[in-house]
Amino acid sequence: MESAKTIIPKISRRKFLVGAGGFTFLITTGVIWPKLSAENKTANDGTITAWVHLQPDGKVIIYNPAAEMGQGSMTALPVLIAEEMDVDWSMVIIENSPIIPEIYGSRGFRGGKSMITVGSRAVSGYYEILRQAGAQARYVLLYNAAQKWNVPIQELTTDAGVVIHKSSGKKMLYGEIAEFAKSPDKIPKIPKEQMKQPGQFRLIGKNIPRCDIPGKVNGSAIFAIDIQLPDMVYGAISRTPVNGARPVNVLNKDSIMEIDGVIDLVTLEHGVGVIANSIETAFKAKKQLHIQWSEGAKAANYNSVEAFEKYENMAGDASIKGNVIKDEGNITNALQNAEKTYSSDYKNDFAYHAQIEPLNAVVSVAPDGSSAELWVGSQAPVSARRAAAQALGIAETKVEIHPCYLGGGFGRRSMSGYVSEAALLAKRAGKPLKLVWTREDDIAYGAFRPMSVQRMQAGVDKSGNIVGWSHIVVGTGGRLMTSGVNTLFYTFPNQHIEMRNVDEGVRTKHWRAVGHGPNKFAIEAFIDEIAADQKIDPVEIRKRLMKNHPRALKVLETAAKMANWGTPPPPGRGRGIAFAERSGSLTAGVCELSVDRNSGRIQVHNFWVALDAGVVIQPDNVLAQSEGSIIFGLSSVLSESLTFKKGKVQQSNFHDYNVMRIADAPENIEIKIIPSNERPSGVGEAALPFVGGAVSNAFANLTGIRLRHIPFTPDKVLEALSS
Amino acid sequence: MKTTFNLNGKTVQVETLSDATLLWTLRDHLGLTGTKYGCGEALCGACTVHLDGMAVRSCTTPMSMVTNRSVTTIEGLSNDNSHPLQKAWIEEQVPQCGYCQSGQIMQAAALLQNNSHPTREQILAQMNGVICRCGTYTRIVRAIERTAQNL
Repeated sequence: MESAKTIIPKISRRKFLVGAGGFTFLITTGVIWPKLSAENKTANDGTITAWVHLQPDGKVIIYNPAAEMGQGSMTALPVLIAEEMDVDWSMVIIENSPIIPEIYGSRGFRGGKSMITVGSRAVSGYYEILRQAGAQARYVLLYNAAQKWNVPIQELTTDAGVVIHKSSGKKMLYGEIAEFAKSPDKIPKIPKEQMKQPGQFRLIGKNIPRCDIPGKVNGSAIFAIDIQLPDMVYGAISRTPVNGARPVNVLNKDSIMEIDGVIDLVTLEHGVGVIANSIETAFKAKKQLHIQWSEGAKAANYNSVEAFEKYENMAGDASIKGNVIKDEGNITNALQNAEKTYSSDYKNDFAYHAQIEPLNAVVSVAPDGSSAELWVGSQAPVSARRAAAQALGIAETKVEIHPCYLGGGFGRRSMSGYVSEAALLAKRAGKPLKLVWTREDDIAYGAFRPMSVQRMQAGVDKSGNIVGWSHIVVGTGGRLMTSGVNTLFYTFPNQHIEMRNVDEGVRTKHWRAVGHGPNKFAIEAFIDEIAADQKIDPVEIRKRLMKNHPRALKVLETAAKMANWGTPPPPGRGRGIAFAERSGSLTAGVCELSVDRNSGRIQVHNFWVALDAGVVIQPDNVLAQSEGSIIFGLSSVLSESLTFKKGKVQQSNFHDYNVMRIADAPENIEIKIIPSNERPSGVGEAALPFVGGAVSNAFANLTGIRLRHIPFTPDKVLEALSS
Repeated sequence: MKTTFNLNGKTVQVETLSDATLLWTLRDHLGLTGTKYGCGEALCGACTVHLDGMAVRSCTTPMSMVTNRSVTTIEGLSNDNSHPLQKAWIEEQVPQCGYCQSGQIMQAAALLQNNSHPTREQILAQMNGVICRCGTYTRIVRAIERTAQNL
């Protein structure tokens, strides 16, 4: 199949509204305006939606509302429109939509319309919206053809870009309709029954090449860091090494200003910015800055390695009342009356996003300061635009944002602090300015997946059934720590789930699947510990727990079958299984690994994974996202550790913050997508949360030893093996 | 400092600071932004280009080292995706965010230039210096193997 063409990211709102001729579908609660122009006041009332532009040559421009950070929704979302509009995909051109959440948003976490791309929600959030938009666009074409031919609209059908009147044999290309199209007074909401059923899909569920890939293999894809403007200057910032401290004084200001190419220094709340005529000069000067920082920041006494002991004590301190997330039945009685009880602690270190494109943004302020343009790769373009507007003291409507590709997001690019910084420096410079964080900046002032201690307790009855389940999460990071703490598909008659948070003053943030990684690790490893002691097969114990959930059972059984569960692994290898759910998708994975007993290095040989994500739009992309999630998850489980000493991040670049490299990746990853007609759920993170449990369980299967602290670095593995 | 060198088959002359690196010279002076900044310390490989056919990290390559030598960037590999590796990369749908992929492809191109039929172990060893955070490693291996088969 031919791939769609891509144009990115130049579209401006004004240009968009004026259009380049042709016919733009602008749909508002049942009304459509063709050829909307800037003079058409109704276009500006904030209630319209506008997804498709049809050209007389038959080309169909479809607007993508989500940030593209590698997850492929820039292709998957337009597919939804094209499917219901019945477009010939080879005629599709994909452009980024303007950032107008009232028009292009999907339902956000707080109920309003949002254009934030997070939590693997792009496809699931837009599934109905975009199919409806496509179906309504198709209705307009049928309406016009019916008028032209003077036949009832009900007699018309479409076939991949052609309207057909069967009884007369008449046909009309979509592009021909663009020449004369008029809008009906009212466009009906197309009922679900009149939309395509899964068996009729031509595009959904097929492998359509991603539209962004050609530009990503020849260097032409534009990230914000690639934007070059005439007369542009460069910015770099030395930020406080301890979160919360402020710059009091620059002790070597004069010598910095003497560096050839340094233009200015800007004191910010949390650091000192350098403006220079080249990026290398900005980096060099930034490195030489000698800044006196304020004392007494909350984070200044924080030592993360030592904090584990505090969190362990807190987990066992009955006087602490944390946030109770779930309390069903009577956990105290259940544990007291149990035939046998179990207790284990699981831990995880902080994890850093390590997106390969360091944070950056380009801001150009108009000479009179009244407006600005912003180029940025952001998961949250609305908040990015707001951040720039606030920094510049102008209205949000005065900031034109140009969304660029994101060189990795993973949650980090849902924050907008780097945009504020770029705007402040650009304002001072009086010229277009590109702010770039060095890798060292990106780590030192990162915002991390929280570290935590998970105190797991359980009681079983005489048959080995788990009758009481207690899960207490302690750490710093609040609700970030509790995603995935609930076991939605396991039934425990008595359970207690609680979070005990300490604000340590350090920066934490969502990170691919965030709390699901540590929580599912603890849950799945703990279940295996109980199963092993009760001499119940790990698959069997899970089947009992999820017996009321056929979709979950199917996922678990599929993964077990793929791995030939029940047959012994090859000599020297161990196998472990784990189950998880994330963003509505169900996953199970079987890990097969070996360990080098001299070096302590774990090598994962195979991962067999089953996934139920409802209707899958782009199957191969779902596999790609799952492969990526497994590797991202394995990286955090085997090697990633970020620590604080006296509030300062101890790692500085990829030599001491170890993300997975190709030689350490699994030799083989096999993923099976369970066929489903349920509505789509998220897949960008779904195959990450089971990884920790599967690896820990496989290691225990091989060695009889339980690894309970992520990451399982070689030194920790050697220590465990020798104990 | 003026440096003359061959860039993607053409002789260029560029004026930079004396301690300028090849990476930022390519990006900010010569407008070739396909080569990416990732770490600045030759640790991630996103900036990989060819210097006289060898894969080097442009972020730690000083311009003084480039004089009268040949540099090939991703743009020089081909700009119409006609290079066998680019074709294989598309066929296998390798990139996700895409930021590291210029470096991945340039590293792979250097590998295949010296060894047109590498073993899996040789591929892993050669590619280990280029990080892909999105986790496209299994597809990178497949794309290189596919290219080698067709050579």
